[in-house]
Amino acid sequence: MLGADLLVAQNIGFSIIAVMMIVGALRVVTVNNVVHAALWLVVVLSGAAAQYLLLSAEFVAITQVLVYVGAVMVLFLFGTMLTRARIGAENDLNNKNWKIAIPVSLLMLGVMSWVVIDGFADERLIENPGEMTQVPVLQISDDIFGPYLLPFWALSFVLLIAVIGAIVLARKD
Amino acid sequence: MFAAEAAAEVHASTGWFLEHAWLIPIIPAVAFALIIFFGKRMPMKGSEFGVASMFASLVLAVGAAWQWIQRVDGASSVAHSAVEEGAYHSAPFVGPIIREWTWWQSGGVEFGIGQHIDGLALTLLVVVAFISSLVQVYSLEYLRGDRRYTHFFAALTLFSAGMLGMVLAPNMVQLILGWEIMGLCSFLLIGHWWEEEANSRAALKAFFTVRVGDVGLLVGTGILFFSANSWTQENLGVSGFNISGLSAWAMSGAASQSALTWGAVALFVACIGKSGQFPLHTWLPDAMAGPTPVSSLLHSSTMVVAGVFLVGRLYPVFWEGMKIGDTNINFIVLIGGITIVIAALLAFVQHDIKKVLAYSTVSQLGYMMLGLGAGAWIAAIFHIFTHAFFKACLFLAAGSVSHSGSHHSFDMKKDMGGLAKKMPITATTWIISTLALAGVFPLAGFFSKDEIIDNVGHNGYNAFMIVGLSGAFLTAAYMTRATYLTFFGESRGAAAGEHHDNHGAHAVHDDHGAHAVHDDHGAHAVHDDHGAKGPHESPKLITVPLMILAALAVVAGLANATPFGSNWERFKKYVEPSSEYVMVESASASGPGESIVVPAAEEGAKKEGCATVAPDEGMVCYFPTVSHAKFKWSKAALSLVIVALGLVSSWLFCIQYYTRRDRRLVGLTERNTVLRGGYKVLWNKYYLDALYETVIVRAVAYPISRAAYWLNQNVLDGIVNTVGKVARRVAGWVYRNIDQRVVDGAVNGSGAAARGSGGVLRPVQSGKVNQYGALLFAAAAIGALILVIINT
Amino acid sequence: MLTTQFLLLGAVLFCIGIYGVLARKNAVMVLMSIELILNSVNLNLLAFSVRNGSVDGNTFALYIIAIAAAEVGVGLAMVLLIYRNRRTIALDELSEMKG
Repeated sequence: MLGADLLVAQNIGFSIIAVMMIVGALRVVTVNNVVHAALWLVVVLSGAAAQYLLLSAEFVAITQVLVYVGAVMVLFLFGTMLTRARIGAENDLNNKNWKIAIPVSLLMLGVMSWVVIDGFADERLIENPGEMTQVPVLQISDDIFGPYLLPFWALSFVLLIAVIGAIVLARKD
Repeated sequence: MFAAEAAAEVHASTGWFLEHAWLIPIIPAVAFALIIFFGKRMPMKGSEFGVASMFASLVLAVGAAWQWIQRVDGASSVAHSAVEEGAYHSAPFVGPIIREWTWWQSGGVEFGIGQHIDGLALTLLVVVAFISSLVQVYSLEYLRGDRRYTHFFAALTLFSAGMLGMVLAPNMVQLILGWEIMGLCSFLLIGHWWEEEANSRAALKAFFTVRVGDVGLLVGTGILFFSANSWTQENLGVSGFNISGLSAWAMSGAASQSALTWGAVALFVACIGKSGQFPLHTWLPDAMAGPTPVSSLLHSSTMVVAGVFLVGRLYPVFWEGMKIGDTNINFIVLIGGITIVIAALLAFVQHDIKKVLAYSTVSQLGYMMLGLGAGAWIAAIFHIFTHAFFKACLFLAAGSVSHSGSHHSFDMKKDMGGLAKKMPITATTWIISTLALAGVFPLAGFFSKDEIIDNVGHNGYNAFMIVGLSGAFLTAAYMTRATYLTFFGESRGAAAGEHHDNHGAHAVHDDHGAHAVHDDHGAHAVHDDHGAKGPHESPKLITVPLMILAALAVVAGLANATPFGSNWERFKKYVEPSSEYVMVESASASGPGESIVVPAAEEGAKKEGCATVAPDEGMVCYFPTVSHAKFKWSKAALSLVIVALGLVSSWLFCIQYYTRRDRRLVGLTERNTVLRGGYKVLWNKYYLDALYETVIVRAVAYPISRAAYWLNQNVLDGIVNTVGKVARRVAGWVYRNIDQRVVDGAVNGSGAAARGSGGVLRPVQSGKVNQYGALLFAAAAIGALILVIINT
Repeated sequence: MLTTQFLLLGAVLFCIGIYGVLARKNAVMVLMSIELILNSVNLNLLAFSVRNGSVDGNTFALYIIAIAAAEVGVGLAMVLLIYRNRRTIALDELSEMKG
């Protein structure tokens, strides 16, 4: 399956990062310590950034690191510390019906894997790996301020409302 | 094949009014802004903006209609000789005046805004602008002194802007925009006197019921867009939202049948909601809680015909999707036929004069749908036209009765009777409109309704012709009953000059809660002597619109008087699109001086119209070939006899029952089991409301409203107060209704079944977010699995 | 590289995220699981962006990152508010939605 023209180095890189991400994700949803979970989430998000680089989307990867690994994680840690006096491990982070979640997520995984494997079989991502070039930022900006300007406007409204909403919700009156 | 140089070119004239028809909705839209911002400071509290804008729109609409008539005349005179030679089966195709600008675009898809002016659009433009103008004038008097006078005119004007904008929409996006503006204004206006619980409930009910149908509009538009877009882009250079593009696509033979069928069904669901068709008609009678001018404008003559208009506008889609030409039963005629009969039966048991008219409107809308579903396009559109005049007149007359005759009551049995002598003008206009509605020769209703029934039979829908005829009998009978109870017989209650016990409360304008059934609007200060004088004729601002509408109820039918020969069929000539094949070049051209290419006689031209064979390469169709019944007096005589029977038998019954109190008739419903059962079913409106409230609202809205309440209490705490209040009101309303029904012992099968299944499902609704989430994702996964299995 | 490997990784992350949303009690943990779901979607978008040779996927991945940031901000503000009112952020104790 992995021929010489299939970019061995990239494939090895992908596999290592993928395993790391899956382990990290599993730890996020299983550990009994909120701060540890947040740190495992950093692993997953950084892994995702690395995968984006493999997909030649360097601008998205940089944004991922800046926004997610930087800002969002800080928010999470703050949130944890503001709501929990205790930082250490806890025993009951899962709710009572957590067992229903296992068959549901396995069912979804089954359906999705089937569809993906059935639909794309062993199709290559690109026919000629040499053609894979970095996506220029210029092209992304043309896209944002061209055909997808309207979602961009909507997004700015969402952000504005989120800022106002967060202030209104969190202030003590 | 067909060569372009062999074609005779017809230069269709155009003109300023036709080119600038897009101004028609813009004027009321601007007036709406003016009323909102400056209305309260104006000497007439903003109503002057509304009235002036409606008259300006009316002038523009009439001007455009005049130029359209010249355009059609010009085209047909040139092509006349060719038609004479038998080259075509019908008149030449006169292209609509389409102008479209990009409104917004996203992801490469452009959404346009503009105008699509043809006979159908102009008919509706003139009707809407005309009725709106009269109703606004009428409201000047009717709502004088109301505390939200300015807001009333603002909403009324915005409604007109929305409806006019929808009518001349060149694409589905603008149509949906206008459609939703109308829905919003309907909600605002029904709940105009929201201090009374019943009114705000009616407004919510109308809004939610119509929303159920509106989902169909979005789904249908989506289906059609994704199926048609590539074809329309390639052949006509327009997007899949474009109405003429969709029409051409539907007729092209390239369209997938299942896309057409499901698109048409989804769109028709929206029409069922908006046009009050069975089984979503229940909101319309409740909408009578709004002020009478609103009922007259929105809920009888204009807004509720939006659904009929949509079917007429995208007729090729419905024609092909529902196989109208090939079958003798389809979804549209079925719904229309059921609606005619059940609504007419319901009209017999109403005490409220406006509810009689509301059910009558539902029934007449059923006629229009029946006509469209059976291929009687022009007759159905003509019925929109005539019905608007006499039904608006009936509503305004009912308002006049309550305003000056029955002391703001609408109860025919308690507060009316014998008003014909006291209010001669109102009574005369009412009776003329009643006869027009019943379809008495030569008033307006005869020409349109009889035409529908005739064509339904002609196109092979024989069973539905009988439904139409029995509907005509019922219409004549219930309208006679309402007329008798209101204007003849003995005077009762307020009509006899009696004062209500709580008359003292009337002096205080702000008292709304004291008299639930009254159309009270604090107008009493203006005519304080009102009680002392008893019933009297209404002032001029009310009677003049009534007289104008009654005059039109007499003569409007002559616009398409089939009995008098084809020269009288002007409506058909100017409104019905021709089913000629059109060359694509001319189809996409627009702007002044455009030319319409008419296929030459020798080659290219087909004797058959569209929809019989698919158009050739480079040609498109915009309208299917519909056949027209030949008018015969023998057939008309049958329906006239039926109408006369209805009028006379009902009249005799009313005299026996209401005046002489005949022992054999009075109390018959109590004595006879079958009749009592029938009466009970009718009185409970076929238990449809109970079904919706117990099954659907309890299962769906109740958890949602509880969730909103929880958010309100715990999370958003006062920030989204409004949402919480609405939700709480819904929850309370559901609770009270169900409770009341249980207490009253009005247990019925559907309710019991719903409660039973509700009990089974109740543990599932634990209130735990995680469990809800698990159910949601499991259901999504199973749904996806089913789709995958089906597709492999 | 194959298309499926990225899509499958996305599917696995998505399902782990679903499990987290359903099984976790602590509201902050639920928000973290939602971040996992959003990242799996981004992975899919970028994979298809490469496959189809268009930048649209990149654009929307950026939009999703921005939305996710807003969502975390508002979400944590709500968590703080719930904590202030009830001294707990355990989701299964918030059962006022019981019908």
